[in-house]
Amino acid sequence: MVEGNKENQKLLISFEFEPGKVEKGYTDRRLYINLSENKIEEKSIDREVKETFTGGRGYGIWYLWDAVSSKTKWNDPENEIIFCTGPICGVTQYSGTGKTHVVTLSPETGTVNDNNVGGYLAPFLKFSGWDLLEIQGKAKEDVVIFIDGNKGKVIIEEVQGLNSDTYLLIEKLTERYADDEKDKRNLSIVSSGRGAENTNLGILNVTWYDVRRRKVRIKQAGRGGTGSVFRDKKILAIVIKYAGVNAGSNNAAYPELITEAGRRLTKEILGLDHVQNGMREIGTVNLLDHMQNYHCLPVHNFKFGSHPDAFKIGNKVWHRRMTQNQAGDSCWMGCAMRCSHAVDEFELITGPLKGEKVLVDGPEYETTAGFGGNCGCFDPDFILEANFYCDNYGIDTIGVSTTMAFLMECYENNILNKEITEGLELNFGNKKAALELIHQMAEGKGFGKIAGLGIRQIKKILVEKYGADAKFLQDIGMECKGMEFSEYVTKESLAQQGGYGIANKGPQHDESWLIFMDQVNNQIPTFEDKAEALHYFPLFRTWFSIVGLCKLPWNDIEPEDNKKKYHGMEAAKVPEHVENYCWLFEGVTGKHISPEELILQSERVHNLQRLFNLKMGFGTRKHDIIPYRAMGPVTVEEYESREELYNQQLQEIIHFDIKNKTTEEKVKALRDYREEQYQKLCDAVYKRRGWDSNGVPTLENIKKLKIDFPEVVELVKKYQS
Amino acid sequence: MIKVNGRDKEWEENITVDLLLEKCKYTFPLIMVKVNGKYISKEKYKDTLIMNGDDVQVIHSIAGG
Ligand code: SF4
Repeated sequence: MVEGNKENQKLLISFEFEPGKVEKGYTDRRLYINLSENKIEEKSIDREVKETFTGGRGYGIWYLWDAVSSKTKWNDPENEIIFCTGPICGVTQYSGTGKTHVVTLSPETGTVNDNNVGGYLAPFLKFSGWDLLEIQGKAKEDVVIFIDGNKGKVIIEEVQGLNSDTYLLIEKLTERYADDEKDKRNLSIVSSGRGAENTNLGILNVTWYDVRRRKVRIKQAGRGGTGSVFRDKKILAIVIKYAGVNAGSNNAAYPELITEAGRRLTKEILGLDHVQNGMREIGTVNLLDHMQNYHCLPVHNFKFGSHPDAFKIGNKVWHRRMTQNQAGDSCWMGCAMRCSHAVDEFELITGPLKGEKVLVDGPEYETTAGFGGNCGCFDPDFILEANFYCDNYGIDTIGVSTTMAFLMECYENNILNKEITEGLELNFGNKKAALELIHQMAEGKGFGKIAGLGIRQIKKILVEKYGADAKFLQDIGMECKGMEFSEYVTKESLAQQGGYGIANKGPQHDESWLIFMDQVNNQIPTFEDKAEALHYFPLFRTWFSIVGLCKLPWNDIEPEDNKKKYHGMEAAKVPEHVENYCWLFEGVTGKHISPEELILQSERVHNLQRLFNLKMGFGTRKHDIIPYRAMGPVTVEEYESREELYNQQLQEIIHFDIKNKTTEEKVKALRDYREEQYQKLCDAVYKRRGWDSNGVPTLENIKKLKIDFPEVVELVKKYQS
Repeated sequence: MIKVNGRDKEWEENITVDLLLEKCKYTFPLIMVKVNGKYISKEKYKDTLIMNGDDVQVIHSIAGG
């Protein structure tokens, strides 16, 4: 098929449908595909589901709940991978409305996972006529699913003998499915790579076409191993084609409200981005210098929060390395934030594409901090090479770099040795070994087979097979619920420790990012304050995923007078942007919504996700425990690196007499205190969220939220003490 | 003694807003300073003296991850 070789392709099924009819942001139907049964169906979305879960990830979690049992494993055929749009998704007059949200059972956590990703997929899917694409079952051989949204056709073809790695595949598929150069912008492709086949850290790459460069660009659905599910189902790629996006594609109820909100935001971005975050200049990597300066940059497996060599991968470097075209690029039409950046013509020095000059999308902050700081490789060329190959192989730069940092610490502590790593000298800073390990992980070879399992499973192997100290590994293995931490040091921010630990899917910062509000600004000093922040912000951020939005234009730009007009947590909410969102929702759907109702919409979805964890055997207090490395210094070396600060805290806060005490004794005293603080935080957060002391949503709460479906009530009752 | 973001800090004679930011290593470019609830504009950081007992707020406008 792809290379014109007819023997290698076989039509499995085709399906015709009525092309898209979007009414006030919704199509009210979902496209269901079962790959085991070669079945394609149109299914409706019930009114009750719409009323209760609003759209996007809300729909995704509900339909996945329906599809799987508490026994279902991520690689069972009944697991689904669900691509979600939302009512606001695809608006072209407001920045950041193109995100796809993906829901599936994760190979890392064993429970429900959600990702968000840029690119053109979700808007094209909706304008083709589908609020959701729901894929169940497993194909026997690799398949390409092609959805033609204008012709109203779905075709599933078996394709054999094609390499699943993204970089070359998406170019081939674009050539194959676009009628001409102009038509390339009407395609969005989902792909992954062989790394997703051989590890638990698989990602999805979603494309958009860069008209200026005439190149296919990618964004990643990164966390939790969604790409591994995709490849386990033997999906080589999903190709969607839709031509004809315009400002009226959503058939919005009150377009003037959308236009007004868009006008307000665009003016701010164009006038203020260069003096605020510089997203148009270097994107999210602008955080690097600030994290370094405030001791939040993970260095050497989160041991430290800064490093003298960090300037080598700092903001100035990326200003030079990223191709500057006055601003970056938009991963969806009409986004004025234009935070998508790339390094062009980067020459690879390792791996299967060695010697090729390639375009590297990014790097984003997380990738730079993970490979640069956490693995101790302060070299932009190394970061770009690692970034490129992770994307190409379909593996998560965060999961891989955090895992690698853990392995490096194990190596330096003689828990691992060259015999176990099959010759790899995994010291911090060994770039050659780090790149070799990425290639091994992708190929499922050598020590890469173990590394690709992720930290939770590696810990088990090291304890059971090599006699490692389980307690030490628990302390330094930066995972929670089976997912690796993203790249922030949280030792001095109790609120962010909770932001990571209590997050539904695992320690990813997209539920909350409270470090500066807590650690630096000290705006949420009490447990109640922190609990309020850990109630509001995760819910507010959840809302983006149920309506189809990108988080960045919410607070990576803010009105000039935001901090003067509002104070504390109120200012952090960016009230005028919340108002924009209310206008957007009303503008598209015709339903008036207040900021409080917006939170209520999220609360239903967020609680259902917590309950989903419970259904899968997780979701209680013990699953919210984080490794001590996230709370404080595990080792003497760590303590002594910030001795003045820790000594001061011991004396002034805990009133611990440090005179004549060894560092070990001080480490222990600090630890006892901080672990207790974390438990108290959990108490406060659970109470604020309407959960019991075990972290289970109460019956009263689920009734209030109108998610008291019989199956849910039965589940909650089992956990009532 | 003064308060900086609610935390005690030794007061030093002749300390200005500018010097305090430097001492605290507050390098982030987008910050807003209030002394005893009164907003201090950036141009005045150099000349604004902080008195013993003052309550200083240094709010960093950072969105983060
Ligand atoms: S802000 Fe960045 S990531 Fe979000 S939609 Fe715009 S370009 Fe894409």
